[in-house]
Amino acid sequence: MKGLTRRARFGFGAFIAAGLILALVLAFFVSPSASGDPDGLNKVAIDKGFADTARDHALEDAPTAGYEVRGVDDDRLSTGVAGVIGVAVTFSVAGGVMLVVKRARRTSPRAVPH
Amino acid sequence: MHIPDGFIDGTTSAGAAVVAAGGLGATLRRAGEVLDERRVPLAGLVAAFVFAVQMLNFPVVSGTSGHLLGGALAAVLVGPAVGAVCVTVVLAVQALLFADGGLSALGLNVLNMALVTAFGGYAVFVLARRVMSRTPSSVVAAAGTAAAVSVVLSALAFTLEYAVGGTGTASVATVAGAMVGVHVLIGVGEGVITALVVGAVLATRPDLVWGARDLAIDQADAASVAGKVAA
Repeated sequence: MKGLTRRARFGFGAFIAAGLILALVLAFFVSPSASGDPDGLNKVAIDKGFADTARDHALEDAPTAGYEVRGVDDDRLSTGVAGVIGVAVTFSVAGGVMLVVKRARRTSPRAVPH
Repeated sequence: MHIPDGFIDGTTSAGAAVVAAGGLGATLRRAGEVLDERRVPLAGLVAAFVFAVQMLNFPVVSGTSGHLLGGALAAVLVGPAVGAVCVTVVLAVQALLFADGGLSALGLNVLNMALVTAFGGYAVFVLARRVMSRTPSSVVAAAGTAAAVSVVLSALAFTLEYAVGGTGTASVATVAGAMVGVHVLIGVGEGVITALVVGAVLATRPDLVWGARDLAIDQADAASVAGKVAA
């Protein structure tokens, strides 16, 4: 139980900041080195002959489609920048959704007062 | 594990979207009940972290890679409802911004990778904790086990969808065997990553781990008992 002291070694803000920095570092520096092999589902689709049933993505011409930023020629940099964009957007959208969900609860007439 | 448009027929995909939307609605209501000041930014971080780690495909066997799904990890850190919403946001960002996962398949992907992994994974986590001692290392072990199983559950969910509306000609049994086989291996990676992350959070901010709340309460009780004994 010694790991579970109530005294936190990190302040809450520092914890969030450290976690975000780690996510950004992984997305920018490590993701360009990730395996480019097909993932489990795509490999099964190739091996079992249904990979060609996939249609092109409706947004395949988006400027960040395929985790590559259009206009950035260096492959590693392009993937890394896409990763940083993704981390920033995901954090903002998820945080925003949670804020809305939390406030909806508070203002909902069905909410049970605690 | 992201299903592109076309693997599953339109009717089944639309049906899955309806089921996913219904499940997500109930999940959002539940998330609203448990969110507090701290869990809002924490959930943002969990989603951003899952997005980043999902980019890190690791090799499993001959020409095949896998990546974290993250539903079980998110569920252990922020609870299954908030965790499922986190992964849903990740999937939406991937589909809309990065053309990863078909738009018509978004319901299928939310079912398989957010709802099944978060709620299925958390159920396994709770069961695993019941047979283990109440210690932080048990939380880590249970989280790793749950994460590994959650990937297989996700693969089975795809197989079910393939059985209902798969456009391929391969038999369901063939697809089931291949999906489970490769995802058992990917599940090992998912389990290791999840255990490492949960262990790291427990070591720094154990009070922020949803799945270890009972341990924090124990600790508070022990502190209060110790205080009374000392007095």
